Amino acid sequence: MSILLNKNTNICVQGITGSEGLFHTEQMIDYGSKVVCGVTPGKGGQKATKESLPVFNSMMEAQKEFKIDASVIFVPPRFAANAILEAIESNIELIVCISEGIPVRDMKKVKNALDNSSSILIGPNCPGLITAEESKIGITPGFICKKGSIGILSRSGTLTYEAIDQIVNIGLGMTTAVGIGGDPIVGSSMIDILKHFKDDDETEGVVLIGEIGGNMENDAARWIKNNFNKPVVSFIAGQTAPKGKRMGHAGAIISEGSETAEAKIEILKECGISVAKTVSEIGKTMIKLVEEK
Amino acid sequence: MKIHEFQAKVILENHGVPIQRGYSLTDENEIEKTIKKVQNDFNTEAVVVKAQIHAGGRGKGGGVKFCNTYEKALESAKNILGMNLITHQTGEEGKIVNQLLITEALNIKKEFYFALMFDRSKNADVFIVSTEGGVDIEEVAEKTPDKIVKAWVKEDMYPLSKAIDTIVDSLGLSSFDEAKEIFRKIFECYTESDCNLLEINPLVLTEDDKIIALDAKVDIDSNALFRQDLISTFHDKSEEDPLELKASEYGLNYIKLDGNVGCMVNGAGLAMATMDIIKHYGGEPANFLDVGGAANVETIKNGFKIILSDPNVKSILINIFGGIVRCDRVANGVIQAVKELNLNVGVVVRLQGTNALQAKKILDESDIDLISAETIDEAAKKAVGMVI
Repeated sequence: MSILLNKNTNICVQGITGSEGLFHTEQMIDYGSKVVCGVTPGKGGQKATKESLPVFNSMMEAQKEFKIDASVIFVPPRFAANAILEAIESNIELIVCISEGIPVRDMKKVKNALDNSSSILIGPNCPGLITAEESKIGITPGFICKKGSIGILSRSGTLTYEAIDQIVNIGLGMTTAVGIGGDPIVGSSMIDILKHFKDDDETEGVVLIGEIGGNMENDAARWIKNNFNKPVVSFIAGQTAPKGKRMGHAGAIISEGSETAEAKIEILKECGISVAKTVSEIGKTMIKLVEEK
Repeated sequence: MKIHEFQAKVILENHGVPIQRGYSLTDENEIEKTIKKVQNDFNTEAVVVKAQIHAGGRGKGGGVKFCNTYEKALESAKNILGMNLITHQTGEEGKIVNQLLITEALNIKKEFYFALMFDRSKNADVFIVSTEGGVDIEEVAEKTPDKIVKAWVKEDMYPLSKAIDTIVDSLGLSSFDEAKEIFRKIFECYTESDCNLLEINPLVLTEDDKIIALDAKVDIDSNALFRQDLISTFHDKSEEDPLELKASEYGLNYIKLDGNVGCMVNGAGLAMATMDIIKHYGGEPANFLDVGGAANVETIKNGFKIILSDPNVKSILINIFGGIVRCDRVANGVIQAVKELNLNVGVVVRLQGTNALQAKKILDESDIDLISAETIDEAAKKAVGMVI
């Protein structure tokens, strides 16, 4: 088992004919992902990738020909919100938006539509998700992943890769890694993803990677304390970040007391969660916990 | 993107929100003419001279002066234009005042605090108001939190009309017919202008019972500038750190800090984690620098240039997790950049990911002075070791 994604998940790529979309579709197929088709408005009828996948004008058209479980969005930011809305209207179960730089106002609209639907949105501004040795949706490098027992959940891209690398190299291996994105408004919260890990028998522990800004880590910490009894190792980036500065991610800006790295680490510890002191101790901290268990 | 008070007032006025009227200027030779024009157009002897910088606390710092005569206004304007204004938000170094706003003076009965922003925890927009306007709102929040009223707005959940009723009541403005309409217009301005923050401190009630925005502080969502033609022209480059501005022209995300260990990383989260581990081993990071996903020779070279523009930098830590980018290519890029730029500070390189081993070999065998490291831990220790 794994969460959200496995080798049988049928994937559609929105924005498949763009350079990013095309490149990563090839990467996904090479990894084993079951990409069945793509969508680019105005390019319906064309073929894309080495596999000559069919391209449709809209999700609705694509759905007439294929059963689609998941869609991934590689669309320029100004059009990305509409692409998400189209996927929601088509009742796609899992929508993953990689695009970075979507206006907050557009995401408010998306969030409202999500609230009234059964779709799950991961992202935007995220690396996507990967189930080791089965399938990936997004841009996570596949070769670093090996099957094992640890789930990974993160707000940051390369920091997710770093965590995967450490978890794999220390011999634990992973189930699914989910990058939920660094924007102020994201489709899925940490708690949303933790619920999936809770129900997954194969996942025996979770790495939770957060950063400054927002309160999502604090909410997750309190939820874990009451609802989650698998080992959790956390790491929070941004202890040295100056106040009021935007550190790359649109969401990584400190504006309130509880949004600093120190405050988050404090709350995580209060909730009984192990916090890795530095980024290089994520793997070591996890193996210690697993061995103690 | 932050904009100036006079620009924020333009967008408010475009949405029909009553503002304290005035004219802005940048040229000293325009001062006399502008004061006279304000006095004439708005039928007032007294005017207010206001420094236009992207920082709060201007009044306390001496950047805002009420002047009841033409002569006083002239004197104040000449003093403020070009001054180095230091407020609690500018830092010790202050900011040079390049622009002034000269406005009409109003007879004020009451001052309110008003703000609109997005509340992430509720996934809703929130009005924040207080009867304690014109003062430092953080102080109000700390000393008398009950004097701050919040009202949320979200489609299908918290209707705008209800939120407006709440704030109008709490500010004691129920008997003023136009109050609700004004708050509705401000909300429309906030939404349609893609504001991250719209703060009016103070919003005033004048002696003749008019509700007017006396000040305005607005932060615009930079991702939405493509559809904000007017606001895009408000970008004031002189308000930005020159190095950060240059970095953004290179497509790099750079923030200068006070330490001496420079760092170059791909990805914002990993960049912050790298700064943190430098500190953990007793060093001080000189900067935040995210070179983005595609770490090629050009971005690395530009990254070096930006980092080295800071004279405090004594060593540089490069930490790249090569996913789609292959590490051997990054290694060659680093070597080429170091050669071309004649670096005279120590460089520690840690490359992880695709082809990391080949990359380490390339670095170890090159004829330039580089230190390679396998883990972030090792890299941080070495980079800090060079400066202690």
